[in-house]
Amino acid sequence: MLTGRAAAGLLLLGMIVLLVFAGPPASPWDWDRTDLTAFGEGPSARHWLGTTQSGRDVFALTLHAARRSLLIGLLVAVLSTGLAAVVGTLAGFLGGRLDRALMGGVDLMLVLPPFLVVAVLSPFLDANGRGWALVPLLAAFLWMATARSVRAMTVSLRDREFVMAARFLGVPARRVVLRHVVPHLASLLAVDVSVTVGTAIIAESGLSYLGFGVRPPDASLGTLLADAGSGAIASPVPFGFAASLLVLIVFAVSLLGDGLRDVLDPEFGPEAARP
Amino acid sequence: MAAFLLRRLVRGLVLVLLASSLAYLLAAYALRPRAELEGRTPRPPEAVIDAQLTRHNLNDRTPLADRFRVWATGVAHGSFGRTREGEPVDGELWRRLGVSARLLLPGTVLGCVLGVLLGAYAAIRHGGAADHAVTFLGYLLLAAPVFVLAVLLQTAAAEANDATGLRLLTWVGEPPGGGPLEAVRHAALPTATIALAQAALVGRYQRALMLDVLHADYVRTARARGLRRRDALLRHGLRVALVPMTAHAAATSGPVLFGGVCAERVFGRHGLGAWLVEAIARGDVHVAAAVTCLAACAVVLTGLAADVLSGILDPRVRAAC
Repeated sequence: MLTGRAAAGLLLLGMIVLLVFAGPPASPWDWDRTDLTAFGEGPSARHWLGTTQSGRDVFALTLHAARRSLLIGLLVAVLSTGLAAVVGTLAGFLGGRLDRALMGGVDLMLVLPPFLVVAVLSPFLDANGRGWALVPLLAAFLWMATARSVRAMTVSLRDREFVMAARFLGVPARRVVLRHVVPHLASLLAVDVSVTVGTAIIAESGLSYLGFGVRPPDASLGTLLADAGSGAIASPVPFGFAASLLVLIVFAVSLLGDGLRDVLDPEFGPEAARP
Repeated sequence: MAAFLLRRLVRGLVLVLLASSLAYLLAAYALRPRAELEGRTPRPPEAVIDAQLTRHNLNDRTPLADRFRVWATGVAHGSFGRTREGEPVDGELWRRLGVSARLLLPGTVLGCVLGVLLGAYAAIRHGGAADHAVTFLGYLLLAAPVFVLAVLLQTAAAEANDATGLRLLTWVGEPPGGGPLEAVRHAALPTATIALAQAALVGRYQRALMLDVLHADYVRTARARGLRRRDALLRHGLRVALVPMTAHAAATSGPVLFGGVCAERVFGRHGLGAWLVEAIARGDVHVAAAVTCLAACAVVLTGLAADVLSGILDPRVRAAC
């Protein structure tokens, strides 16, 4: 059963996804075409939300950008949570030298300066500025805390009766992890994916805003906000549309994540800590 | 306590050294100061470019290990090297540190205080209209990056300026002098932006912590001894709920610094963040390494401050070490 918060988040997110994927085919203009007869115009039948100063359609461009931001955020979250699950279960279940090596890797990642690494490597790896290089780069800096929780949970599961029973029956370690340990981590991982989507979208838009992520002529919400921000007082529509999409996406995702946590994780429940 | 802090300080120092070395190696490996010199018209002869780059230890044809050795020796003697143009990094670094600190510190401190107060207030009014309002606002603020929040506040300020016919607030650059009133006019919007963002980060966590202690036995005991609800909650509840908050607030230093980089862009400040962004775009290796070193110092110092603060708040921490 979903709580009100998770349901509201899911509904809002569903509406945004619908708009972002169904909007561009319905619009009379494409995101990558420039209209040389309309620079910085207001809304019209041809351009539903007007055009930018360089003659691009605000409606189509912003929806394309939102799609890019959403996809990057989702891929980062899946990759980072997947990495955390693999590293955490391996370290926790097998223990010993591998455990120390993997946790040493976590500590090393925590020492690296994330902004410099991503800002330097992203243009280096991503020559055409479409932003996909951000997916592994951002995921590389978002998995460590989750890997630690996964490891801790795996260590506590390892000595539970049902896991011991499976191991003494001679079930290979890989199968024990997949059949008996991972299902117990499912709620933690589901919550982590939805929380990380929001973080990743904010990070992606910030980096693109500063010029280190997606770069023109391609667009993400960060590049649009960088372009439209300085002129927001004179022409509020381009900025307002991009900003509200970004805020609504992250808002919906964090409602969903917190709602899921309330449902799935008894320790984090809103009423759990009180008698 | 002193021995514990000393251990943390040494650990922090090692972390800073590691982080700055890695930052230098990465910047020296991936950034291309050569590209700009080669792009000049007329293109300088190869030998001139090499000589120019070698003079400032920026030549990518020198082995990375040799360049690192020269850089590390310099840093050990208190010099971060020279910029691509040959200016010393150090003077500019400290000047810009002042700009960034003036931009970030007031907002961050104000935001932490605001977040603790609002979070605790929402928890005390748990389930009521005030709690819902604070929680909802917190979600919205957490979803809005600094560069969105800043533009929204700027728009509101422009409206206010128009409505009153006065230039009450301004938001670009630093005050050119002209007394405290001018300083406040310039600082109000950046401080408000950063404070709101920080309050959202802190407030949500503080609310959860406060909810945990609301019905704790020691708060009830304090009430039973005859303390008023307010005193019991503040002196016995909030004080306990603040201890884990110190570590959490220190852990937000990364997002705060990233928000600071964006805020410098929006508000047209020439601080460390703006310098770092320029340096990465221009291939200025020593600037990128120096700014990253300062950022690592800031993160480590925040962590130390949190340790000291939790020691002051919690006698068990003092007793344990």
